[in-house]
Amino acid sequence: MYRYDDFDRQLLAERTEQFRDQVARRISGELTEDQFKPLRLMNGVYLQLHAYMLRVAVPYGTMNGEQMRKLGYIARKYDKGYGHFTTRQNIQYNWPKLNEIPDALKDLAQVEMHAIQTSGNCIRNTTTDQYAGAAADEIEDPRPYCELIRQWSTFHPEFTYLPRKFKIAVTGSPNDRAAVRVHDIGLRMHKNDAGETGFEVIVGGGLGRTPFVGKTVRDFIGKNDLFSYLEAILRVYNRFGRRDNKYKARIKILVHEVGIDDIRVQVEEEWAKIKDGSLRVRDEEIAQYIAQFAPPAFEQVPDNDPEFERRKQAHPDFSAWVRSNVIAHKQPGYAIANISLKPIGGIPGDATAEQMELVGDLADQYSFGDVRVTHEQNLVLPHVKKADLFALWAELNSALLATANLGFVTDIIACPGLDYCALATARSIPLSQRISERFGDLERQYDIGELKIKISGCINACGHHHVGHIGILGLDKRGKEFYQITLGGDASQDAAIGKIAGAGFSEVEVVDAIEALITRYIDIRIVGERFIDTYRRVGMDPFKEVLYGDR
Amino acid sequence: MSLQVVTANRLDDGLAVFMTADDGWSTDIGDAVCATDATQAEVLLARANTAAQQVTVVGAYLIDVAKVDGALVPTKYREVLRTLGPSVRTDLGYQAG
Repeated sequence: MYRYDDFDRQLLAERTEQFRDQVARRISGELTEDQFKPLRLMNGVYLQLHAYMLRVAVPYGTMNGEQMRKLGYIARKYDKGYGHFTTRQNIQYNWPKLNEIPDALKDLAQVEMHAIQTSGNCIRNTTTDQYAGAAADEIEDPRPYCELIRQWSTFHPEFTYLPRKFKIAVTGSPNDRAAVRVHDIGLRMHKNDAGETGFEVIVGGGLGRTPFVGKTVRDFIGKNDLFSYLEAILRVYNRFGRRDNKYKARIKILVHEVGIDDIRVQVEEEWAKIKDGSLRVRDEEIAQYIAQFAPPAFEQVPDNDPEFERRKQAHPDFSAWVRSNVIAHKQPGYAIANISLKPIGGIPGDATAEQMELVGDLADQYSFGDVRVTHEQNLVLPHVKKADLFALWAELNSALLATANLGFVTDIIACPGLDYCALATARSIPLSQRISERFGDLERQYDIGELKIKISGCINACGHHHVGHIGILGLDKRGKEFYQITLGGDASQDAAIGKIAGAGFSEVEVVDAIEALITRYIDIRIVGERFIDTYRRVGMDPFKEVLYGDR
Repeated sequence: MSLQVVTANRLDDGLAVFMTADDGWSTDIGDAVCATDATQAEVLLARANTAAQQVTVVGAYLIDVAKVDGALVPTKYREVLRTLGPSVRTDLGYQAG
């Protein structure tokens, strides 16, 4: 993985000390809250319902074991012993004290981590496929390009005060696990007719109160030209994006109002002016970054390990975990191990300090020191020898980290909701817990098959409800929490925004409503169909019928 | 109108606090000073927003409360949560004791 050079280290050290000084000036009264707020947000510090919240960046969701252990250390030293992994592959802490945050940032800087680009109207932390560099279906590892995007975008002087925040996601695989079509810019790696690797550039996707699937602004941009092309898009957005209304300020609104064809003309005009300038990245430079993400020293081992097969036979729990949480690796004899942060009835994405430290150790022991965060709020050890899977599982199991539910109905994305968030209108977590308990039985989950439930506690859609196969949006109706259900959303390469099923449900009714939907799906599905496939075949009506009858 | 109290988050640790009769701040809503009409509420909010208060608290605002069995309880669930802590972690926040 990428290691900081002296320039990176100096940048971070200076930034941390600047923030220390800003905090001191705020506490002394030299800075008012109005003056301080944008400064703290640029360093990932929010004020939530109960306390401050610190959001730490995990660039493109990749960490080493030492960094993971440090996240655990931060949870113990500066928080209440836990952290919450987010849909942007980051982590947030719920209880840090303002006057201690500069020390926490200094500790993070020791392991090349920070809270930059986790807030504010800048280009945010770039996200990507959690299986990058390991996935069997990958064209190329997307992380070298993510790192180049990080370097291009960090403190970019032109793009520090954009109309609104700006999120970029990259996939190196045709099977999109990074939800690139619902980002401000999505980059989908593919090959052109000449066999060269480049990117489809998708703009104007997004969730929030006005969800859109992004549109293709250019079908193919070569690697060398990617950064000048991104710069051209950002310039067009920075110039024409609306600043008069916060709710219309994202690039998706610009693309929607102006039209993708006009945006394309503007971007291409701008790009023509800058494409041969300093942002054209030479092959040799790209090669340097690819080298930073070189595959680890895999052993040459047979793909099938007899002991692994025997263990599966002997241990049904292990076998279930392999079935749902272990994914094919491109290297024979290796596998990708997913660590679910969705224990039955637990809080999606939460991990204790001890769990984080253990995962850091296990990454060092079994995965070449490589650990990932997923946008679905789970963790991944991307390079595990099949022969080691049983030992790994046993250690995870002892730390309540071996729930065998990846991609199933209890693997729910949920935002922090009204339990923590100052913007929320309803709670998300308790609902996810009740759904998880209702469907906790493993055989039942496997019978239901892949089903993505995503819950947001307000219209800002941090819980991605618009792209849930079943989406749930929590709202406030005359002082009471109630929940609106959407169906048919999809975050994958077949991206779609879910449609509202009808009137919302009370907190008491909503889990029964979800069960009714799932029961109807089971009744009408054709063999091999997932929930989303059945929905696409039959449409909304059969599902509306079980929710509302003749209403 | 219903009773109102002023709430904010404390500057140094961010915890939810409630303004007391002597213009101080308490983590216990039971210590809060109540306004019984709009004029009183306005005065309370002004006292919470002085320059001196800026170094103690952040983002002061009025909330509606009711007296339930002699105790002050916010009428909105969001504010009830701020007097307790996350409903999903009853071991944390003020509710943990």
